[in-house]
Amino acid sequence: MKRFNPGKLILGLTCLLIAIWLVAPTLVVIPMSFAEKKSLAFPPTGFSLQWYQNFFTNPQWFDSLIVSAKVAAMVAVVATVIGTMAAIGIERLKGRTGGLIRAVLITPMIVPGVVLAVGIYAVYLDAQLVGTWTGYVFAHTLLAIPFVVIAVGANLAVFDARLETAAASLGASRLTTFFSVTLPLILPGILSGALFAFVTSFDEVIVSLFITSPQLKTLPVQIFSSMTRDADPTVAAVGSLIFMATSVIIGLGLIFGTRRRGA
Amino acid sequence: MTLATKGAAIDIAGVSKFYGNFTALDDVSLRVEPGEFMSFLGPSGSGKTTTLNLIAGFTDLSAGEIRLGDRSIGNVPAHKRNIGVVFQHYALFPHMTVAANVAYPLKQRGVPKAERARAVEQSLQKVQLEKFAHRYPSELSGGQQQRVALARAMVFNPSLLLMDEPLGALDKKLREVLQLEIKRIHRELGSTFVYVTHDQEEALVLSDRIAVFNKGRIEQVGTGHELYTAPRTLFVGQFIGESSVLRGAHRVAGDETALTVAGATLTAPGAAKGDGPHVILLRPEAVTVQAPGTGPQDGRSNIVSGIVREMLYLGSAMKYEVTLADGSHVTARTPTQSAFPIGSTVELAWNPKDSALLADDGSTAAL
Repeated sequence: MKRFNPGKLILGLTCLLIAIWLVAPTLVVIPMSFAEKKSLAFPPTGFSLQWYQNFFTNPQWFDSLIVSAKVAAMVAVVATVIGTMAAIGIERLKGRTGGLIRAVLITPMIVPGVVLAVGIYAVYLDAQLVGTWTGYVFAHTLLAIPFVVIAVGANLAVFDARLETAAASLGASRLTTFFSVTLPLILPGILSGALFAFVTSFDEVIVSLFITSPQLKTLPVQIFSSMTRDADPTVAAVGSLIFMATSVIIGLGLIFGTRRRGA
Repeated sequence: MTLATKGAAIDIAGVSKFYGNFTALDDVSLRVEPGEFMSFLGPSGSGKTTTLNLIAGFTDLSAGEIRLGDRSIGNVPAHKRNIGVVFQHYALFPHMTVAANVAYPLKQRGVPKAERARAVEQSLQKVQLEKFAHRYPSELSGGQQQRVALARAMVFNPSLLLMDEPLGALDKKLREVLQLEIKRIHRELGSTFVYVTHDQEEALVLSDRIAVFNKGRIEQVGTGHELYTAPRTLFVGQFIGESSVLRGAHRVAGDETALTVAGATLTAPGAAKGDGPHVILLRPEAVTVQAPGTGPQDGRSNIVSGIVREMLYLGSAMKYEVTLADGSHVTARTPTQSAFPIGSTVELAWNPKDSALLADDGSTAAL
């Protein structure tokens, strides 16, 4: 006894259109990465794996991937440590001081990237940090800290601080309490903060464009300069690979995340 | 690892706690004897939990000294005081199994693994949860969680165990079961217990002695019997057990004091303290309900008449609510044979010795 419901149909169609609109730009990249000719035309003609091969064999491409991965890994560690400590401090301070410090730490998220980039570039010129590992890690950490502070802060908000009092009554020092009680319970927040920090650094392009050097280039910078120089379908191959990698990571996260919650 | 430590005494001397301009605890002194079960009883905000937190080391002293046994602990950090604490909200570590929770304090004390396992099992046996060792706290009921918390707080044989309304979150039936269990554990352990509660019945059931807190001070310390039969303040009299309060002008009448209440002259033992207003405090079981004109019988020389407002049959007794001419209410509990219908005029009679004369501190029975 199902009656035709025009409202539901319109709702369904709207959802479908929005879904296509969201995913289409990403999906367009995949067929282009298999193009035969060196052009970023859509739809592509022919089929070849040469752009994938180029990505892994051309040092310009592959080195930039390694640089990005290394920088992102370092940023994830540094930003997570600093961001977690900051989030704990803010939670303890509560009140106005805590709110103020939180606001300051989160500004890199709000300030336009170009403005930040100009500022960082000006300072880096003097400090000779342009095109260095330290330069990338410092700049990206600055951008990644807000994500860690927010993720860990959200976790701390639901963490029962009275457990720390209980641990003290049972003979645990502050430090032992942190590692045996607090840390395990806010670990989900720390891990998601670390993931955000990694991703923030990995696909950061604006600041990186300013502080890059021909010797030390991150992947997004390489993609950008490749696009401005010639229409190299290697870009599409990189895009497809990153898309696949993130899909797998998020998929695994969903599977394991729900399984643990069910246990 | 010491075995079956005897309880340690607590000496609280001139202890105060201020939060800015607010005085949470005002010059409190108290001694808890070794192995004693002492309850801190009082309404919320009376200072009982503040005192417990000061003993545990969760808050800093503003003034005074606290001694546990022969050592002053005022400046010792909480984790070095070796005091077991049970919290109202259980405070079990959700990421650890029951066994790991109970083992936690032993781990901090560097107890070897084999000995740890034995102690954990023993402690869980005491609370009858040895079969739940490998569960997580979230898989247990509230009562079971609190038992685990108890096992965890006593596994390291502390000479003092503090409990902050441990049964506050549980339903009445479970509370009664656990009260008995806590009493048994206290006997077996021999440690000193300090138990914070706002439930006077619970304090009466459990404690050797009770310290009644009010507005940051201790009003009276004594056994339940002392507090019930000889309250020193109106607050204590009203907080412990049921009572009726009669107010009226007082004058000296020999060894006794006479109050004029609802046109009747009622006497109470002892002399008034100062010129301020005084009250007579009456326990329901001290009052006899009788037909008008019966007069004094068996030493029940205080007689006042009133109208029955409520009559409740309780099985073992009858409970009457009687309103006097001045509007004050008296509760009486009498044997079931007497029956006076609602609205009838009755005489209330009691022996002056069964009532108490107290200075009126303005407190009302608010529970």
